[in-house]
Amino acid sequence: MVKKYFTKTYEWLDERLDLTSLSHFIEKKYVPVHAHSIWYYFGGVSLFFFLIQVLTGILLLFYYKGSADLAFESIQFIMSKVEFGWLIRSIHAWAANLFILSVFIHMFSVFFEKSYRKPRELTWVTGVFLFFMTLAFGFSGYLLPWNKLAFFATKVGTDIAGNIPIVGNIMKGFLRGGDDVTGATLSRFFGFHVALFPGIFTILLVIHLIMVQRQGMSEPMETEGTPETEKKSMPFFPNFMLRDLLLWLIVLNVLAILAVFFPADLGEKADPFSSAPAGIKPEWYFLFMFQTLKYIPAKIFIMDGELLGILLFGFAGLLWVLVPFWDTQSSKGLRNRKINYIGLFAVGFIIVLTILGWVS
Amino acid sequence: MSENLQSRRSFITSILTLGAAGLSASIIYPIIKYLTPPKQREAEVSNVSAGKIKDMENDSFKIVRFGNKPVILIKTDKGDFKALSAQCTHLDCTVQYKKSEGVIWCACHNGKYDLNGRNISGPPPRPLDPYMVQIKGEEVFISKKA
Repeated sequence: MVKKYFTKTYEWLDERLDLTSLSHFIEKKYVPVHAHSIWYYFGGVSLFFFLIQVLTGILLLFYYKGSADLAFESIQFIMSKVEFGWLIRSIHAWAANLFILSVFIHMFSVFFEKSYRKPRELTWVTGVFLFFMTLAFGFSGYLLPWNKLAFFATKVGTDIAGNIPIVGNIMKGFLRGGDDVTGATLSRFFGFHVALFPGIFTILLVIHLIMVQRQGMSEPMETEGTPETEKKSMPFFPNFMLRDLLLWLIVLNVLAILAVFFPADLGEKADPFSSAPAGIKPEWYFLFMFQTLKYIPAKIFIMDGELLGILLFGFAGLLWVLVPFWDTQSSKGLRNRKINYIGLFAVGFIIVLTILGWVS
Repeated sequence: MSENLQSRRSFITSILTLGAAGLSASIIYPIIKYLTPPKQREAEVSNVSAGKIKDMENDSFKIVRFGNKPVILIKTDKGDFKALSAQCTHLDCTVQYKKSEGVIWCACHNGKYDLNGRNISGPPPRPLDPYMVQIKGEEVFISKKA
């Protein structure tokens, strides 16, 4: 009976929307199977975290108030009075961290597999911009509880933007909504976090996913030469998708455990007229940059150390976006060991400085 | 005839281009202006009270609101008062007095200043701006240096 209705509905829609061609496309979609197949899953996991963030973010919006007088209190209310408020917020906070971690892993696995090589250059570029957007989400969302740590982290972060040559001051004013970090900054960050960034992110994500669908999964360079008949693969639907969903389920469980046993902290309310507390640190994903800035001396020759640090990180970021365009060897199918060394240096640098930042 | 058509076409193209540019500008300009925060006149503060002398112990500090800027007021172990801008010259964090080392310290990036505001270690590129301290009776006042 149910099946009959289902078939009828499908036929009704198919007549109007030509669903058959879509199902043919899905049937024909295969995922290569090889020693490094596991890395394929991190894109999907990142997507899952984004969906969780959208859902929990919308739920938080029902109670959150984005003003300097009310933000902290509204989160206190969510955490203590609203039923399961603590759970929703803790999942949002944990998923944010795991989202960024998963994007890091996804990005570096793509880098080491050199999956950005021709014809997937633009998939890489959109991916790196999505990565920057996740960091922007993290930075803007961090301020919203309006606590002390967030207040000073935002002061530092926006002041760094202010140090960028030529456009720095305009950018700082634009981000802060004035000269200092105030309620105006909170309003802006709230707008960025819940409207502007999700909009941009969704557009980039759709482009990224369309490109992945159009080009299919990238294969490792080692198996590229083998004849089609010897290559192993599995159908995307249902084999790969079921594996994906199983992993999503595991991730959801991990998230629930973390949120229940380590609920998100709120700290003290921000006070623009108090000193920065001892032991202040940014979120872990900014720690490596924070720690690097600590080591750079005030002046290097005639240049402010700060400016040098910002320029170096900016330049590294630009090189990172443009990897497919300067690593021309990989696109020709040639091994490029330099890329591995650069990747290893980047991973090592990030890990070592993060640990140093953590323990200091 | 065709030349005539050509010139008409290019005329229409340039008119349309001009129109499109005008339309874009008339949309973008107000948005940019809207996003630029209006300059708010800072409250003209030249002098603020920082409380009573006896309310502060020797070798301690407090952050005082000076207009919309924070100022650090330190009472040294000898009982003298020093007032300096509390905004770290490195990345704008608010500094504090570190008793154990007798220095002004910024927790954000471990920048240090001596009690005259001179940057002595860590990343701060410049000294802290000094303020003037005046004692009138029992009360401590902070004012901008002339």
